[in-house]
Amino acid sequence: MVLQPSLKNCLWLSCILRTPKAGFRSTASGALIIQSVSNDVYQNLAVEDWIHDHMDLEKRPILFLWRNSPAVVIGRHQNPWQECNLRLLRQKNIKLARRRSGGGTVYHDLGNINLTFFTTRKKYERMENLKLVVKALKALRPQLNVHVSDRYDILLDRQYKISGTAAKLGRTSAYHHCTLLCNADKFILSSVLKSPYKGLKSNATPSVSASVKNLFEEDPSLTSEMLLDAIVKEYATQHQTDHHITLMNPADETLLPGIINKTKELQTWEWVYGKTPKFSVSTCLNMVYKDSVLDVKVNMDVKHGRIEGCNIDLPEQWLPPALYSELVKSLTGCKFCPNETTTLATTLLRVCPQDDELHSRWNLLCENMVMLM
Amino acid sequence: VCIHRVRSCSSIRFIKSKYVCVFDKSALKFSDQQRLFRTSAVSCGQIVQFKLSDIGEGITEVTVKEWYIKEGDSVSQFDSICEVQSDKASVTITSRYDGVIRKLHYSIDDIAFVGKPLVDIEIDASKGVAAEEDVVETPPMSHDEHTHQEIKGHKTLATPAVRRLAMENNIKLSEVVGTGKDNRILKEDILNYLAKQTGAILPLSPKAEIIPPLPKSETVPAAPKDKARKIPTPISRPIVFSGKDKTEPVTGFQKAMVKTMSAALKIPHFGYCDEIDLTQLVQLREELKPLAEVRGVKLSFMPFFIKAASLGLLQYPILNASLDENCQNVTYKAAHNIGVAMDTEQGLIVPNVKNVQVCSVFDIASELNRLQSLGSAGQLGTSDLTGGTFTLSNIGTIGGTYAKPVILPPEVAIGALGKIQVLPRFNGKGEVFKAQIMNVSWSADHRIIDGATMARFSNLWKSYLENPASMLLDLK
Repeated sequence: MVLQPSLKNCLWLSCILRTPKAGFRSTASGALIIQSVSNDVYQNLAVEDWIHDHMDLEKRPILFLWRNSPAVVIGRHQNPWQECNLRLLRQKNIKLARRRSGGGTVYHDLGNINLTFFTTRKKYERMENLKLVVKALKALRPQLNVHVSDRYDILLDRQYKISGTAAKLGRTSAYHHCTLLCNADKFILSSVLKSPYKGLKSNATPSVSASVKNLFEEDPSLTSEMLLDAIVKEYATQHQTDHHITLMNPADETLLPGIINKTKELQTWEWVYGKTPKFSVSTCLNMVYKDSVLDVKVNMDVKHGRIEGCNIDLPEQWLPPALYSELVKSLTGCKFCPNETTTLATTLLRVCPQDDELHSRWNLLCENMVMLM
Repeated sequence: VCIHRVRSCSSIRFIKSKYVCVFDKSALKFSDQQRLFRTSAVSCGQIVQFKLSDIGEGITEVTVKEWYIKEGDSVSQFDSICEVQSDKASVTITSRYDGVIRKLHYSIDDIAFVGKPLVDIEIDASKGVAAEEDVVETPPMSHDEHTHQEIKGHKTLATPAVRRLAMENNIKLSEVVGTGKDNRILKEDILNYLAKQTGAILPLSPKAEIIPPLPKSETVPAAPKDKARKIPTPISRPIVFSGKDKTEPVTGFQKAMVKTMSAALKIPHFGYCDEIDLTQLVQLREELKPLAEVRGVKLSFMPFFIKAASLGLLQYPILNASLDENCQNVTYKAAHNIGVAMDTEQGLIVPNVKNVQVCSVFDIASELNRLQSLGSAGQLGTSDLTGGTFTLSNIGTIGGTYAKPVILPPEVAIGALGKIQVLPRFNGKGEVFKAQIMNVSWSADHRIIDGATMARFSNLWKSYLENPASMLLDLK
């Protein structure tokens, strides 16, 4: 049946049209602008999930504004080992999150603004959203040379990336979110987004690296607040709605039932690391042992973030064969994670012969293996 | 003109007579656009090819990234089938039908094409006849779906899954208010209708809107109505527990624990327990805590327990020994590497403080701080986790009094410390006073350690802790 606006006025439809009796009515019409009061990346990503799953965006598209304390956010189908320096993240206590939308890896800190445009699936339109942002920036600072590239990036001076985009489409709703670099720490950004891990082979979505610049560097009078305000103003104008920002607390379970579970799920190892598409590691360990350097070839297959198969090419009898096969067997099914591997190896050592030489070799091998993770 | 997916169903014959002119007009408008127009009638048990629907933005191909189902799985309408990606957009594809998956047309990382079959689904036999029609257009088009069902002369919009739910609960769809698009009846509408009948309190409907802080008054008028509706007699329903057992393989660290604990089982354990009066130590720690804090260290009771244990081990070195596999030789370890059991997200880990015999209480406290922060961050290294000779487990921080700790091979003894309780005790003068009491439970390897040795070690350790000043005499 072809549904045209005129059909809606047809008699048979109006027969069954009734006013909903209870609850869940639109209290107002028009777009909604929401800002998160939290800087926790997991909480904010959970809000996106919640809105995507639970809100009827037909009459009320939503603009969601959020900022995070230092975190690296990888795309849905990416490999964190390939994308960032996990060792550095752990050292600096920078969080790692996997979002549900596609695209590449980004670094967030309080100098970066995140914007999410929620619409129905029909009204999903990334170009329009980005043009809105560019319009807002130009209204604020007309001299800014910003434009939207055909890769859905926003470029400054046709050179520097100041915004990246990703999107998620569901059955009836969709969202498009993007970053905006106001005054982020570029030094940390470039160091955490450089992976030290060698020999990784995977079909995970790779990131495309780009030179970045902060808007603050272009014009030191700009602040995140000013940029947010300009964007909100433009959005309100284009959607004919009030320039009114609703503050939202992502920890409020009463307002957002189920949000705590969503937040927890985003933090589980199974989601962050376990959702990595299958990959293999093929590399060489350079183990320094007693004034000599051993070249040890290692091959591992990792599926769902766990070691599926493992082969370590040690010199013959360097470890007793029985112990070597015990180690390899135990590594199978183990998380591809330094902590899990270390605790596994050291616990296993308790039931090995109490030989200092053996222990130091075992520990050396373990430490080198862990460097791959 | 808003273009939607066109669907014909068996009931189209009914409406054709009323709306045929409109239909023809619009058909004329569409004819100049590129379209594939297919009609297929679907009957029970038939295998239908579910095609990849339009993604939007003129996209014609996507990469399949993850399957949520496999061949042979049952699916319901709107269940997630797979995740595909196209140019930074991740799309969740949901099922249009209830049925069983019979074939997946793509593997992970394959390119899938819009308009081509994605999966084959065998339609649920109980569904009855429903006809579907697909329209695929190359320019960007909107995405919409609904099923018409004619019920008693009313055109009620509802999906087959929703109709079945209504049928199972003896609900007339004509009496249910639809809140979906074009007043389509959604699953939550049925649930709401049911809730009102039974007076049950439902969890918030999935289609709930956020009510901004301002218009809270909206909800007030609704309340009295709800209260009035709660009076009808509730229909009793049998309580159905739908939980399922979950089996997981034992892997990684857990596997290693299985090995270690099985080996520990081979050690003939004996236990020895006692009660320690920590009243004086509690006072001493209160005095020393600020001093340690100034130096940047958090001082707990453990450093005292650990140092006292080391002093005891100097007198009874057999407790710091190791028995070889064949029980031929006993090795007396020179270093007192005292392990401290830590509970982390992963489970039990036991890092150790090295060479306690040459450490001061402050040194031990400082090292404990380091191990604890590394432990909670999951960053302990191999040297921290190996080489232990004796272990203390402060289970009392979680709770408990007496315990039965298991010796960690290749060690021969372990102590478990219960929580500190304030209890009434008699002093030397026969008066009752408030005492800070902690219980200790030792386990030792009876192959090389006898009860008397354990008891004497425990008494010595106890005396150091009950009278901390005596530790000063023997501190090395």
